[in-house]
Parts: sequence; C-alpha cells; structure tokens
Amino acid sequence: MVAPLLPLSVRDAEVWRGPTRILGPVSLDLGETGITIVLGPNGGGKTTLLRTLHGLERMRRGSLKWSCSREEALKRQAFVFQQPVIMRRSVVESIAYPLLLDRVPKRDALARAAEIAGNVGLAKHLELPAQVLSGGEKQKMALARALIRRPDLLFLDEPCASLDGESTHEIEEILQRAKADGTRIVMSTHSVGQARRMADQILFIHQGQILEAGPADAFLAGPQTLEARAHINGDLLS
Amino acid sequence: MNDILAGLEHALRLVVGFDPTLYEITLRSLSVTLTATLIASLIGLPLGAWLSVNRFRARRFIIATLNALMGLPPVVVGLIVFVIFSRSGPLGIFGLLFTTKVMIIAQVILITPIIASVAHQAIRELWAEYHDLLISLNATRFQRIKALLWDSRRALLTASLTGFGRAVGEVGAIMIVGGNIDHSTRVLTTAIALETGKGNFALALALGFVLIALALGVNYALHFLSRTERSSRW
Ligand SMILES: Nc1ncnc2c1ncn2[C@@H]1O[C@H](COP(=O)(O)OP(=O)(O)OP(=O)(O)O)[C@@H](O)[C@H]1O
Ligand SMILES: [Mg+2]
Repeated sequence: MVAPLLPLSVRDAEVWRGPTRILGPVSLDLGETGITIVLGPNGGGKTTLLRTLHGLERMRRGSLKWSCSREEALKRQAFVFQQPVIMRRSVVESIAYPLLLDRVPKRDALARAAEIAGNVGLAKHLELPAQVLSGGEKQKMALARALIRRPDLLFLDEPCASLDGESTHEIEEILQRAKADGTRIVMSTHSVGQARRMADQILFIHQGQILEAGPADAFLAGPQTLEARAHINGDLLS
Repeated sequence: MNDILAGLEHALRLVVGFDPTLYEITLRSLSVTLTATLIASLIGLPLGAWLSVNRFRARRFIIATLNALMGLPPVVVGLIVFVIFSRSGPLGIFGLLFTTKVMIIAQVILITPIIASVAHQAIRELWAEYHDLLISLNATRFQRIKALLWDSRRALLTASLTGFGRAVGEVGAIMIVGGNIDHSTRVLTTAIALETGKGNFALALALGFVLIALALGVNYALHFLSRTERSSRW
C-alpha cells in the first residue's frame, strides 16, 4: 500500500509575473475523493491555480503540502492543458508516450493506448499524425494521454472548451468512470452547467482570489459573493 | 561557354569510362566528408538539444560562440590544426598530418558549430511547445532530449546535410592538413584546385560536376530514406 498523496494543503500561495500578482494569496485544502471544479471568469486565475498545484508555477510565497513527498505526488498526477500539447507523432504513439517513459515495452504501451483511444472515440484515427486531428479530437487525445498512467489525481484545464455537446457528454462520462475508479479530479471550467453536472466541491476564483470554496450543492443553490452570483447568472443568461 | 560544355563532356567521359583516379578521389571525398558529418552530428545534435533544454549561465555565451564559429575561415582552421598536429605540435606524436584522419578532424571542427546551431534553433522551438508536457510527465532530462531529438528529426537531418554541404565543398582546410597527396589524401576539391592551377580547365570542371552530383546524390538519398521510413506528414 503506497502512501496517499491527498489531502493537499495550500497556505497563502502567491504567483507573480514580474511586478504583478496573478494569483493569491490562496489557501485551500483538497480532500481525498470526488471532483473539484474550479469555476471563474476568463482571466480569473483558473489555469494559474491548477498549474501551481501541479508544480508548474513557481510560488513566490506560501506553501503547498502533499501527504507524501513532493516527488512522489508529482509522479502520480496528470494534467490536461487548456491548449493540448501535440507531439510530432501518430495519435496512438502520442497516447502511449507516458508509458514509454515508464519503460513499458512498446507493444504493450501501444496496445493499451489503442484501447484508451477507443474509450475517447479516437479508434479510427490511431495512425494519423496527431497534428491533423480537429481541435476537439486533440483534446480527447490529450485526455487519453493523461489517463493512460492511471493517475491518482487528474487536473483538467477546461477540457471541454472546444467540444460539442455530444463530445462533452462523452468526456464527462469518462471522467465519472475515472472518479468511480478512485481518481481524484480537479477541473476548471467557466461553464456553470458543467459544474452543476460534475462538481462535488467548487472553488470559485476571481481576480486571482478564491472567493468561495465548499460543497457544490450549497454553492450552486446560494452563492455568497456578488461576483459568484453574477458569474452564475451571467452564464445562465448567455 | 565552350569550357563548360567541354567540362561536361569530359566529366561524362571520365564517369562512363570508370576512370580509376576519378573514382578513387570521389570515394575519398565521400568517405572523409561522410565520416566528418557523422562525427560532427554525434557531437552537434545532442549539443544543440542540450543547449535548448538547459538554462545555465554560460548558455548564451556558448550559443554566441557557436554562431561566431559557424563563419570560421577554413584556411585558418586548417592552419591551426596543422600546427597542432605538426611534428613539433602538441598532438604531433600521433603522426596524423597528411592523412585522411586529420582531414576529418579539420572538417569536424568546421561543421560541428553549424550542425549544433541549426539543431539548437529547431529544438528550441519544439522545446517551447513540449516544455509543460514533458515536465508534467516527469520525463528525465535524458528522456526530454531524446523526445526532442526524435520529434525534430527532419530538422536535424537538414542540420546534418547543411554541415555535409559545407564540408564536401571545402578546400582550404583539408588542402593544408591533408597536403593533396596523390593516392593518399587527394579529394575532389583539392584536385579541382590543383587542375585549375595547372590550367586544365576541362578536367577541373569535370571534377566540379562530379562534386555537384555527389552533393545532390547524398541529399536525395537521405531525404528519400527518411521519407520511406514513414509515409505520414513528417
Ligand atoms: N506576464 C503577465 N503579466 C501580467 N499579467 C499576466 C501575465 N501572465 C498572465 N497574466 C494574467 O494572469 C491572469 C490569470 O490568468 P489565467 O490564465 O490563470 O486565467 P484563467 O482563469 O485560466 O482564464 P481563461 O478562462 O481565459 O482560461 C490573467 O488575467 C492574465 O492576464
Ligand atoms: Mg485558463
């Protein structure tokens, strides 16, 4: 039995770009189960927050404590970027790549990649160069690549932003399945509808500050801050 | 114009007649330059990748130096290598002067900066794209360099071919260190220089056409080989 990586405890974390503080100070605790949705307007700091948790941003102040060592924690998480990173490889090779890094034999890695590609609806595109996929297909490929190592913790930065309704539904089902298998999910979105469907907990972030954090039901039923209320109403109107 | 036609005709006659001297120096040109390109690529490509991936204080300095070294005058390189390998020089004991080995060394010095520079340029762009993903996936430094080298292999082939192109047509350095000795260190470029000096323009031109054909042939061959490996877009 390996040590769990969660809960995660963040205290007074700040990220700066030169003279500008783009995130924080934020404090939050990430529990062991469920789906946490990071909700907020464009430029609110969702991407920065997720990247900071994943260790991709240097914090100028504050602390970030996993329940296991940092190295161990980073090994057991995966990240789906808002702009998917497309390798100069075929779809199936791109998805298999994380397993190749783990020295899984190439045949096994490719077989596993083909299976996961099937789950996200890319079965027909396995041998295509990844660069020719459509925007939505690239997102699905990035999700498959993130899932292939069976991470304990999965970050997704607006994974459905460029997907149509049907694809969004497929992705949400895959994520629900991953959650049922014990994967902890932290996902950003600006879609209140998606938050409603998926969230167990919600972090509402605005101008680099976490304005609200708590169970999804309570938040969606009655947001406490003006900004959150405006965001929810605005989203419903549009 | 007549000279050029005469040169072409002469070249044809030499090639069709399997002129032994021509084949000898052509093969020597090819083996010296291909060996030099191979060695320079083995040094220059990973160096280019390493410079793209690592941030350290001397990095900019090394890159600036590489760029400056790209324009090294071959004669000066030849001279320096000559002095180093001459009997009284620091590496004189190896007795390499006036051998093809020292010609290879001179060419490696000439083209490694070019190969490293061109490779660095291509890999840096790819690294900007891959950075977050490779960090996120916990790829080791070695794995990162490997992925970047593999995924930019087309650009790297171009880097190597650029080096090959410069080396195969180079005359100043190998003339000095190799000495243009018949049946020993004479290659196409030094033979051209010699024949031109003697006033044998037709023969010189003929050799020149063979040299051009050689350069084209190697480029075609490598591009063809790299294309058949996979039919997709890269
Ligand atoms: N170099 C910089 N200097 C100043 N501000 C910056 C810099 N880089 C980013 N920012 C700002 O940081 C803020 C947070 O950006 P972030 O990408 O985290 O927002 P987001 O919530 O993910 O937005 P979106 O919904 O559009 O993806 C933005 O307002 C952005 O303009
Ligand atoms: Mg964002």
